[in-house]
Amino acid sequence: MARIGVFVCRCGSNIGATVDVKKVVEALGQTPDVVFATDYMFMCSEPGQTQIQAAIRDHNLDRVVVAACSPTMHFRTFSSAIQRAGLNPYMLEMANIREQCSWVHPDKAVGTPKATDIVRMAAAKTRWFEPLYPHEIGVTRRALVIGGGVAGIQAALDIANAGVPVVLVERSPSIGGRMAQLDKTFPTLDCSGCILTPRMTEVSQHPNITLRTWSEVATVRGFVGNFEVDILQKPRYIDESKCTGCGECLTRCPWKGFPLEFDEGLGTRSAVYRPFPQAVPNKPVIDPETCMALKSIAEDADRRPDPLTGAAPKRKPKCGLCQKTCPREAVDFFQQPKITTEKFGAVVLANGFRLFDPTVYGEYGYGRYPDVITSIQMERLMNAAGPTGGEIRRPSDGKHPRSVVFLACVGSRDEHVGRPYCSKICCMYTAKHAIMLKEHDPHVQTYVFYMDVRAGGKGYDEFVRRAQEEYGACYIRGRVSKIYPDGDHLVVMGEDTLMGMPVQVEADMVVLATGVQPQADAGDMARKLGISYDGYGFINESHPKLNPVESNTAGIFVAGMTIGPKDIPESVSQASAAAAKVLGLLSQPTMLGEAMISAVSQARCTGCFTCEQVCPYNAVERVTLRDGRQVAQINEGLCKGCGVCATACPGKVINLRGFSDQALLAQMNALFTLPEVVAVD
Amino acid sequence: MYTYSYFPGCSLHGTAKEYDHSLRLVAGKLGVELQELEDWSCCGATAAHSTDELLALALPARNLRLAAMTGRPLLAPCVMCFNRMRVTQHQLENPARRQAVEAILAEAAGRPVGEPATAPSQPPVEVLGLLQAFGNDEMLAAIEAAVTRPLKGLKAVCYYGCLSVRPPEIVHPDSLENPQVMDRLIAKLGAEVLDWPFKTECCGGSLALARIDIVLALGRRLLSMARSVGADCVVTACPMCHSNLDTRQKQINAKFGESFKLPIYYVTELMGLAFGYSASDLWLNKHLTA
Repeated sequence: MARIGVFVCRCGSNIGATVDVKKVVEALGQTPDVVFATDYMFMCSEPGQTQIQAAIRDHNLDRVVVAACSPTMHFRTFSSAIQRAGLNPYMLEMANIREQCSWVHPDKAVGTPKATDIVRMAAAKTRWFEPLYPHEIGVTRRALVIGGGVAGIQAALDIANAGVPVVLVERSPSIGGRMAQLDKTFPTLDCSGCILTPRMTEVSQHPNITLRTWSEVATVRGFVGNFEVDILQKPRYIDESKCTGCGECLTRCPWKGFPLEFDEGLGTRSAVYRPFPQAVPNKPVIDPETCMALKSIAEDADRRPDPLTGAAPKRKPKCGLCQKTCPREAVDFFQQPKITTEKFGAVVLANGFRLFDPTVYGEYGYGRYPDVITSIQMERLMNAAGPTGGEIRRPSDGKHPRSVVFLACVGSRDEHVGRPYCSKICCMYTAKHAIMLKEHDPHVQTYVFYMDVRAGGKGYDEFVRRAQEEYGACYIRGRVSKIYPDGDHLVVMGEDTLMGMPVQVEADMVVLATGVQPQADAGDMARKLGISYDGYGFINESHPKLNPVESNTAGIFVAGMTIGPKDIPESVSQASAAAAKVLGLLSQPTMLGEAMISAVSQARCTGCFTCEQVCPYNAVERVTLRDGRQVAQINEGLCKGCGVCATACPGKVINLRGFSDQALLAQMNALFTLPEVVAVD
Repeated sequence: MYTYSYFPGCSLHGTAKEYDHSLRLVAGKLGVELQELEDWSCCGATAAHSTDELLALALPARNLRLAAMTGRPLLAPCVMCFNRMRVTQHQLENPARRQAVEAILAEAAGRPVGEPATAPSQPPVEVLGLLQAFGNDEMLAAIEAAVTRPLKGLKAVCYYGCLSVRPPEIVHPDSLENPQVMDRLIAKLGAEVLDWPFKTECCGGSLALARIDIVLALGRRLLSMARSVGADCVVTACPMCHSNLDTRQKQINAKFGESFKLPIYYVTELMGLAFGYSASDLWLNKHLTA
């Protein structure tokens, strides 16, 4: 005989307002095997839990039903409570009378009988419960960090400083990310490079960090604690182990004048290049699209073997000046892409963001008029290491601008371009630009067209006020309808919605504050990792408030802009938070897996492997028994307990633990048949 | 080459007769057959669409029905006509609106309301403006081949106005802010087409009579920009733009102390000139600014 205790929660008025909990308790008291039933205001609170534990002891309960919220919300809370009282933690059933009952029904007339049914069903189910024991999974004590921007750098350093080995994968030639492109940071006006580059160096010199730049994550297999990741190393055409970063090759390369990505097209580079002087690793890369030697090799490779002699076509590069120059003989035109497979216990995804492409706003003339630039281009113009050496010169004629107009919300808060969200950083970096421009040249007059100034943050609103009051930035509330050239300046036509009239501003330069959007391949990356993302491509947190740096796949954590727009301090905080989560996970050599997972009765399995076809987690493995039969086996690390295999199995030989057929049938019976003891009014 | 039902609208029979005449000449030269839509009526521009929504749909719907019965695509060179037809087709995709308009058309035709029209479900007629009909690659090649007197040395700016690009989801222009279709066509005639930023700015449209002050100010703005980029003339496909820029130049000069003397040409007039027709053949004497 089972001894079931039923605990009905009122959840304040959440349940109490639409379910008469007293009546539920009364009805449950009449249910077979229920030896104790009670209600309480907040069952999840400490007194609530103590009450359950006391009842377990006093009434010798062996099964517990908590009628409250959804199991996603509090299963763990109550299961650890009954465990502390000596029960197996899986002898618990949550009867969800909140989300699936009280919240969706208008009054007690409907709510009370339905709640009673739900709780009776739960009680009937528990009669078939058996103690479950989670298995142990080994944990690989290594972490993978994807993305070498400020978030990835922070996460890698925090994990590595705690003594856990880290591999940091960055797809561009250098770590540093967007922050490395910036000149100053708001609202303190710290030099971005001065605070970031020491961290970059620390990464490259840290004994626990393996830096893999110019590399990408190709495939991810496995599960929490046991990921297996293929990392693709793109050919740099320069042997990193030999290169000292002397830069001799850069001076000799004759193929020059290609737009430099790091300078957002304002500066140029040669075919062999280093994205920026403080790059880490400080080793150049040869671009196969622009290098004559590599192009000629590619052409040769396309040629067929000599039809007469059958000899392979000649493969001799047409240039090769860098190769001749390099004192270390590090240039290798025949380097091939390389894939290595490594094991990790946890992954931090910090693959950053992409800026909005403003060409869709034809009225702003970006791409048509050279003096209409984006804010990130303005950063490069301000930066002493940038294309103009830190002098603000406009792209068209190199003149110093005297009048500069900023447009906020370019690709933010605009449903027409599919970006209805706020990018959060643009108000602040635009105020920063207005201040810095004035610092560079006191004769500059700045104008900012804005929708609202959103400056929530420590010292942020004060910063914007400074831009307006001390630095004379003229803030105009309204959108811009058109920008056109008139003589050697631009005319910005817009609306001043506070004055209620159209305005026209003459500008030497216009700066578009482009918004934040996910990386173009954000969805691909998320699918590789098996984590979910929203309609824009931003990663979904496992819980937006309580699990903000966890993805909804165990062992995969997220940080920075990949989740959504945020500034540097927030990205760094998330990175440290993700690192803490990784360290928590990797702190033990083994971890407990799920107990409520599938199990195959191998004696009865016919080896049809229907389960293998339906399993969404690739958790079904084939094993050969000693008698030679091939049967299915569940990988306990991979199984998530979804139960699809148990349903699909034609021989009914797969059991989803905690959801046996008997338990589910008992639940159904409790709903469709009258209780054995009928309550009399 | 092509045969179109031709919808001249009130403009091409009135204030824009030279547009009609030059169009017929160049179409003939290019082997494009124009068959004027029989019994056509008002397209519903301005007067109707600023007074009554259903009227503004019913008027073009009547013409669209006539056109559908010919089975030919409909050429409406006036961009107001073109725009009304396209907008109406778009609006009538809504079943409730279509029903209301059908009722009006039935009543006008003397049929009992609810009884289906004689041809109840013709496929929707394809409505083309001048630039759609003459701006495709095939026509451009034909136009280039027909040029006998290239307009060498003529510096032109192309003025599209609002209605040939807006609303974009109905008109489907090649670009909303910087369209190229007319630029490409005029370049084929041998003229030097200048880039300018006011291709789609407002001419004042139908404020022509009600708010002359606004039309004069906008006209001055357009003409100043055309002059400052070095244009000898402005080319348009819209009778409204033409009238606002051509007929008002004298007043603009008087009001603002300017001395504009910029001819405003229809696309087809320049085509005619390049094809070898003399200016008087093209009714250029109908322009007030020459």
